[in-house]
Amino acid sequence: MNKKINQSIAFWIFRLLGLLVVGLLFWILGFIIYNGISVINWEFLTTAPSDGMTSGGIFPAIVGTCCLMAGSVVVAFPIGVMSAIYTNEYAGNGKIVKFIRIMTNNLSGIPSIIFGLFGMTLFVNSMGWGDSIIAGSFTLGLLVLPLVIRTTEEALKAIPDSFRTGSYALGATKLQTIRRVILPMAFPNILTGLILAVGRVSGETAPILFTAAAYFLPKLPSSIFDQVMALPYHLYVISTSGTDLEATRPMAYGTALVLIAIVLLVNLLASTLRRYFVKKVKTN
Amino acid sequence: MEGLFSLSGAVTTVVILLITVFLFCEGLGLFKSSAVEKGYVLCVNSANPVNSLKSYDIKQIFDYEIENWINVAGDYDKEITVFRFEEVFDRYSEDELGADYNLLPEKLGEIISSDAGIIAFIPEKYTPKNVEGVKILKENNISLSDFFAGSEWIPTATPAPQFGVLPLITGTLWVSLFAILIALPLGIGVAVYLSELAGERMRKLLKPLIELLAGIPSVVYGFFGLIVLVPLVQRVFNLSVGETGFTGSVILAIMALPTIISVAEDAMRNTPRAMREASLALGATHWQTIYKVIIPYAASGISAAVVLGIGRAIGETMAVLMVTGNAAVIPATLFEPVRTIPATIAAELGETAAGSSHYQALFLLGCILFIITMLISITAEMISKRQLNKGL
Repeated sequence: MNKKINQSIAFWIFRLLGLLVVGLLFWILGFIIYNGISVINWEFLTTAPSDGMTSGGIFPAIVGTCCLMAGSVVVAFPIGVMSAIYTNEYAGNGKIVKFIRIMTNNLSGIPSIIFGLFGMTLFVNSMGWGDSIIAGSFTLGLLVLPLVIRTTEEALKAIPDSFRTGSYALGATKLQTIRRVILPMAFPNILTGLILAVGRVSGETAPILFTAAAYFLPKLPSSIFDQVMALPYHLYVISTSGTDLEATRPMAYGTALVLIAIVLLVNLLASTLRRYFVKKVKTN
Repeated sequence: MEGLFSLSGAVTTVVILLITVFLFCEGLGLFKSSAVEKGYVLCVNSANPVNSLKSYDIKQIFDYEIENWINVAGDYDKEITVFRFEEVFDRYSEDELGADYNLLPEKLGEIISSDAGIIAFIPEKYTPKNVEGVKILKENNISLSDFFAGSEWIPTATPAPQFGVLPLITGTLWVSLFAILIALPLGIGVAVYLSELAGERMRKLLKPLIELLAGIPSVVYGFFGLIVLVPLVQRVFNLSVGETGFTGSVILAIMALPTIISVAEDAMRNTPRAMREASLALGATHWQTIYKVIIPYAASGISAAVVLGIGRAIGETMAVLMVTGNAAVIPATLFEPVRTIPATIAAELGETAAGSSHYQALFLLGCILFIITMLISITAEMISKRQLNKGL
């Protein structure tokens, strides 16, 4: 009997813990949504900050973050996909592949602030790009590269070998097989990974502190060599270093909500895509 | 085309290599730079037996914490007179210093040679050269022990900035380890729930929610911590400030939870069915099976989760920067402001000039962080490999 009581106590504790974590999530999300929703309106999303960040909107920061998201995709997507194709389709299962996998893993473990330092020395100073969209995009692109590689690899692995052998049997070369058979089939999953990577980019602050982000810019960027405002950095500065923190609070709530909305959207998009893909494979 | 693929395959390796090279190139320059502020020298009276001073001694002298030469120079029993360059304008008028200050070195020479206990901090270009009674202290470079064993981080101190890394390392470790202490029982509990107790529908609901928790940007966690947790901690523990190491630990614990949960859950679900069923067949309850069979079996997976969690916590920048108060002192308890390595880099790098010793010191901090996280990655790799071998 004792055993049973122990078991039910333990299981109730676990259920409570599960509930606690979910509660935590809803607390954080709810807090920001509750406080931020009243700030969000058309004007907030489409005008620049004014009166020392206490009024106006966050339009330049949204544009800046979009630029950085697009830029980092341009950097990470081709390299990441090609790298995954190499390890999965070409390299076999030797020592080199193991080494590359370990290195990719290690790269994903490096803290984002280190990427910031690295981006600052290489792209900002050595390349002479200065604080700019392009320097920030490269830094962020390298940051999410391991994520793109890993998800692409998984997408490629999920394709049964029969498709490859079938293609070869029809006389296609390896490159043709990859281009015509494997990539189109893996594409939705690759896209999912890419979307997740973009979501990560949208929230990263430390890497762009010294490579791209500006405290305040009244103008929108006109070239990739311009500095930009960015949402996460904007949230950081207006919540920690303003002359009138109380007055900038609503702006901060609004910015946090926009950031959260991007994350929610990205997750939703990714899971919808995944589900769609699973269905498609089943019907095939 | 094939060449292009293999080239891309090498990119991650090359990036790690480049990061190492760039970080260490900038960081190691610190040990080549002078302990005294650039462009300045320290002079003493030539009767003084001191030839050079350690960085920390200089700082203490100029803070009036050491007041007699006997404490730094053996048996030279003289009160220390601290002389800063600006004071020359109190003693002499502009006229006396001559046009373009060309008489300045001479006057400085007079001042220094007339006081046996003086230490003067003056610009290099006004140094009295070949004046009797004046001795220029030999320039010391910042040493390894100044950096690694120094207990003060005051990069803006003049004349000798202090780059003691101990308070930052202890701050980082305290905050991260305590965060894991909070997150571990929670995380394992939730992992057990997800892998053993929850029904399929519940799992399908919870997994994406936990993924969502991992997706929230760190700056949003920092903002949440700043507005909700900081006042809460202050009130609950009745502190003068709520920005403490503990607050940082709590935020980091929340952030590390998704990693710990998902890795630990994977490890538990990998327990072979035969093992579970054998245990149940012997009359053990489900709970006994969990803590006598499944958790021990998953132990290395769980430790990989812990190591990864620590890695994430140690490197986390923004959230910690926003809630820990950033006081660069070695913390006595968790309930006072602390400062971590990544937060220091983020807060200070923007204000330093490229190539200055402060800049180099921050890069060296980056190197330390890099080495720590690489070690952690490799450890996690080794642990999960062990788990894999066991699975076969």
